[in-house]
Amino acid sequence: MAHLLILWPMSGSISLSGPRLTGFLCVLLVVSAHASRDAVSGNNETWGSPARATQGDPHHQNSSTTHRKAFPVLSFNYDHVKTPFEISLWILLALLMKLGFHIIPRVSSIVLESCLLIVVGLLIGGIIKAIKQTAPVLDSKLFFLYLLPPIILDAGYFLPIRPFTENMGTILVFAVVGTLWNAAFIGGMMYGVCQIEGAQLGHVDLLSCLLFGAIISAVDPVAVLAVFEEIHINELLYILVFGESLLNDAVTVVLYHLFEEFSHAGIVTVGDAFLGVVCFFVVSLGGVMVGTIYGILGAFTSRFTSHTRVIEPLFVFLYSYMAYLSAEVFHLSGIMSLIACGVTMRPYVEANISHKSYTTIKYFLKMWSSVSETLIFIFLGVSTVAGPHAWNWTFVIFTVILCLVSRVLGVMGLTYIINKFRIVKLTKKDQFIVAYGGLRGAIAFSLGFLLTNNEMKNMFLTAIITVIFFTVFVQGMTIRPLVELLAVKKKEESKTSINEEIHTQFLDHLLTGIEDICGHYGHHHWKDKYDAYVKRWLIVGERSTEPQLISFYNKMEMKQAMMLVESGSAAKLPTLMSAATLQNIQQKGVPSRRAIPSISKSREEEIRKILRANLQKTRQKLYSYRRHDLVMDPFEDNVSEIRFRRQRAEMEKRMSHYLTVPANRQETPSVRKVCFEPENKVYTYDDSESPRGRAAQPSPRLPDAISLLSKSPQRPNQTSALRAKGSTELRAKAPDEQEEQDQVKLSRCFSDPGPNEEEEEDGSFLS
Amino acid sequence: MGASQTHSAYKYQDLMTKTGFSLEQIKNLHYRFRQLSENNETLSRENLENIKDLADNPIKKQIVEAFFDKRNQHQNEMGSFEEIGFEQFVMVMSHFRPPTPKMTEEEKLAMRKDKLHFLFNMHDSDNDGKITLEEYRKVVEELLSMSGDIEKDTARGIADAAMLEVASTNVPNMGPDDYYEGITFEHFEQMFKEVEMESRMHVRFLDVDTRTIHCGSSTS
Repeated sequence: MAHLLILWPMSGSISLSGPRLTGFLCVLLVVSAHASRDAVSGNNETWGSPARATQGDPHHQNSSTTHRKAFPVLSFNYDHVKTPFEISLWILLALLMKLGFHIIPRVSSIVLESCLLIVVGLLIGGIIKAIKQTAPVLDSKLFFLYLLPPIILDAGYFLPIRPFTENMGTILVFAVVGTLWNAAFIGGMMYGVCQIEGAQLGHVDLLSCLLFGAIISAVDPVAVLAVFEEIHINELLYILVFGESLLNDAVTVVLYHLFEEFSHAGIVTVGDAFLGVVCFFVVSLGGVMVGTIYGILGAFTSRFTSHTRVIEPLFVFLYSYMAYLSAEVFHLSGIMSLIACGVTMRPYVEANISHKSYTTIKYFLKMWSSVSETLIFIFLGVSTVAGPHAWNWTFVIFTVILCLVSRVLGVMGLTYIINKFRIVKLTKKDQFIVAYGGLRGAIAFSLGFLLTNNEMKNMFLTAIITVIFFTVFVQGMTIRPLVELLAVKKKEESKTSINEEIHTQFLDHLLTGIEDICGHYGHHHWKDKYDAYVKRWLIVGERSTEPQLISFYNKMEMKQAMMLVESGSAAKLPTLMSAATLQNIQQKGVPSRRAIPSISKSREEEIRKILRANLQKTRQKLYSYRRHDLVMDPFEDNVSEIRFRRQRAEMEKRMSHYLTVPANRQETPSVRKVCFEPENKVYTYDDSESPRGRAAQPSPRLPDAISLLSKSPQRPNQTSALRAKGSTELRAKAPDEQEEQDQVKLSRCFSDPGPNEEEEEDGSFLS
Repeated sequence: MGASQTHSAYKYQDLMTKTGFSLEQIKNLHYRFRQLSENNETLSRENLENIKDLADNPIKKQIVEAFFDKRNQHQNEMGSFEEIGFEQFVMVMSHFRPPTPKMTEEEKLAMRKDKLHFLFNMHDSDNDGKITLEEYRKVVEELLSMSGDIEKDTARGIADAAMLEVASTNVPNMGPDDYYEGITFEHFEQMFKEVEMESRMHVRFLDVDTRTIHCGSSTS
C-alpha cells in the first residue's frame, strides 16, 4: 500500500492548476488514508486509536534461512519508518490543503481558512470511516504537548507589550471574572435544563454540569488568533480578546481540576471551595513565576552566545518549551508560563542575538504555529466524524444558546464596571466585538476528551464540538462583514513618525521627572529604575545604553528608504523626498549654507545611517499581527535593500550633478559583486571603486564612513562596538543593475512583490 | 503651623478653583513644596536640581526650567522667575492632571491644548513662538545626552529629519526658496493629533494624606 504513495507524487507534480491539483489531492488523500490506516492501526500511542488491523508487508529480511536465497537487491521494510513516515505524511497533507486554499483565490476571501481546514478534516474523516477503519483522533497528549505550545509561544513572543500592559486590568477582569461567570452561568443553567422532564438528562448531576460549564466557557486562543488575524481590527480590541483568551487558561485549569476531582467525590465543602480559590492564585502566579525564571535564564544565556550564533534560536525555543513543560509538571498554567517566558526573554534576547538568529526565530515560530494550527483544525474535523457521539437535541441546543447569552451578558456587565475605571472607555461597538469574538476551540475539545469515560462524556463531547463548530463557522465567518458593517475602527497603518518617537521618549522622561519632583514613586519611576538596573545584567555590554530613539531613527530611515523605493510617490515621504528640503529650514543669516551641499549632507547622513544601522535594535516597534504572512519587514528583506541600493545609486547620479563638494564621488556606481551566502556571514564586494571606500570585511572591522562628512572610522565610543558587531552580520549590498540573479536567489527565500518602477521619482528629487 | 492654617485654607480654595486639584492633593503638594524648599516660602532652581532622583534624567534642566517659566502660569507673561512660590508650583503641576470623566468635550480640548502648550514652551526656549531648528536640535541632544557618547551629528540628523517631517506635512508644497522658520504651535499640535495627550500626559497625584505613611523621599 505504502509504496503507491511514493510513486504518485512524482507523477502529480507536473502541473498544479486548480482542478487538477484538487483532483490530485483527493487521490492522494484516499491513498494516504488507506496507507495510514495500516500505519495508524499499528501505532496506538501517537494517535490514540484502539485495536489494530493487519500489519504491512512483512520483512523480507527475516525470511527463513533454511535455503540460501539470492541477495535482495530491493527490499521493502515499512515498519522501520512507520511512525515518522505517517507523521510527516499528515503534516504534508495538512500543508498541501493550506496551499490549495490559497491557490483558489475566491474561496479564501469568503471563507475562513480554519473553516476550510475543518471541512477538509471532516472529509478525510468521512473517507476513513467509509473505508471502515479507525481514524486518528486528536489525542489530548498530542495536543497539549506538541500542537499547542508553538502557537502560544508565537503569540506570546510577539505580543504587543504596551497595549497589553496598559489594558492589563481590563484583560484580567475579563479573563478571570468573565470566565468564572461563564462557567457558573452555563453550568447552573444546564443543570436547570437537565432537570426538565422529557429531556432524558436526569442523570447529569450538578457537578458534571459545572465541569462541563468550566470546559466550554473558556475563550480559545487558537480560534481567536485564526479568526482575528484576518480581520485586522484595531489594536485595543485585538489585545482585549486575545489577552483574555491567554489569561483565562489559569482559570480553566483550576476549574477543570476542581470539578473533576469533585465530580468523583460527589460533594463540595466550603473548605474545598476555599482551596480552589487558593489553587487559582497558585496556578496563575506560579505559572507566571516559572515562565519568568526561564525567561531570565534565557536572557542571561543569550548574553554569552556571541561566539556560537548558530544555536541562539534553539535557546529561545528550548527555554520556552521547558517553561511550559515545567509548569505542566506541577499542574500550573502552562500557557501563562509560556507567555511570561516569551515576554520576559524577548527584549534582552533581541538586544543580544544576531540579526539572522532573530529572523530564524521569527520564521520558525511562525512556521511551527502555522503547522500546528492547521493540524489542529484538520484533526478537529477528523475527530468529529470519528468520535463516538451521543446527540441530544435539548442539551446541544441549550448549550449553544447559553454560551452566547452568557458571553454577551458577561461582557456587558463587566464593561459597565470596568468603564468606571478606564480612561478610554469601551463603546458599545467594542463590547459587541469582544462578545462576538469569544470563540471556543480545540482546547475545549481536548479538555473534554480528557474526561473519564462515562455515558455523559460522549454527550459532552458532542455538545462541545457543536459549540466549536458554531463559533468558528458562524461567528468566525460573519465577524468580518459585521466589522465592516459596524465600521469598527481598523488597525491603522502605523506610520510612526520621528516626531512622535521623540516626544514619546520626551514624555516618558518628563513624567518621570515630575513624579520625582512630586516625591511619590509612580510607575514611570519604577520602570526607569528597572530599565537602568536590569538591563545592565541581561544585555551585552554597550548595547544596554543605546537609546531607543537612535535605533528607532535608524529603523525609520530604513523603512522610509524602502517606501521610497517601492511606492515611488513623493507625497508620503517626508524626510528623504519631500519638497521641503533641509535648505528650507536652515537658519536665516547663514544663506551660504543653503546651497545644495546641505541637502546632500543630510541625505548622505541619512543614507550613511542606514548603511551603518545596527538592525538588531530596531525591531522593537514593528509589531506584526499577521501570523502566517510575515509582514515584509524591511530589516529582513534583503531584496528591498538591494533595490534601495539601486535607488540610492540613481540618487547619487543625480546629486553628483549638483555637488560641488570635493569628495571623490563617481558619476555612476561601479559594478559590485554581492555574495549572498546564507550559511556564512560573509558579504564582500569590491570596494576598490567605491567612492567612500566602504567595505564590509568578514573580520570585525568598521566600515569606513562616507568621507564626505569626514567621519572617522575609529569611533572611540560605544557605537563602534555596535558597528563591529553589525558589520559582521550586515549584508553590505551595493546597487547593481546586474544583480538580477542574486535577487532571484533571494526571492526564493522571501516572498516579495517585484520591484516597482523608479523612474517617476526622478523629477521630485531635489526639487 | 496653626497661624497659617486659616491663611492656607483660603489660599487653597483659590488654588482649587484655579487648578482643579482637590483639597487633599493640594495639601500633599504643599507638604512636598515645603520639603523641597526646606521650609522657605519660595523654591529656587537649586532646590529642584538637588533632588536625587532627577540626577539621571536627561531632560532635567528643561523640567526645572519649566517650573520657572512665566508662560506656564497662564498669565500672558513672558520670561522667567528666579524663585517661585507655592501657587506657581501648583500651577505647573496642574498641567499633569488626568481628565476627569465629567469633563465636557470642550474642557477636554482645552486641557489638551494646555498640555501641548506646556510641551511647546519647554522646547521654545527663546519665547519667540516657534521652535526653530537649533532649538529642536538642542532638544534631541538633551534627550540623548545621558546615553553614552552620542555624536553630535546623530542628534542633529534626527532633529533635522524631524523638522523635515513637520515641514513637509504642514507645508507640503514649499518651493526651493521658501523658508520654513520653525514649528509653530499649530504645527506642533498637528504632530499630536493621533495621540491622546490628555490621558497620556498625566501623573497620579496623591489623594490621601500620606504624611503618616511617608515613603521617606528626602531631597538631601
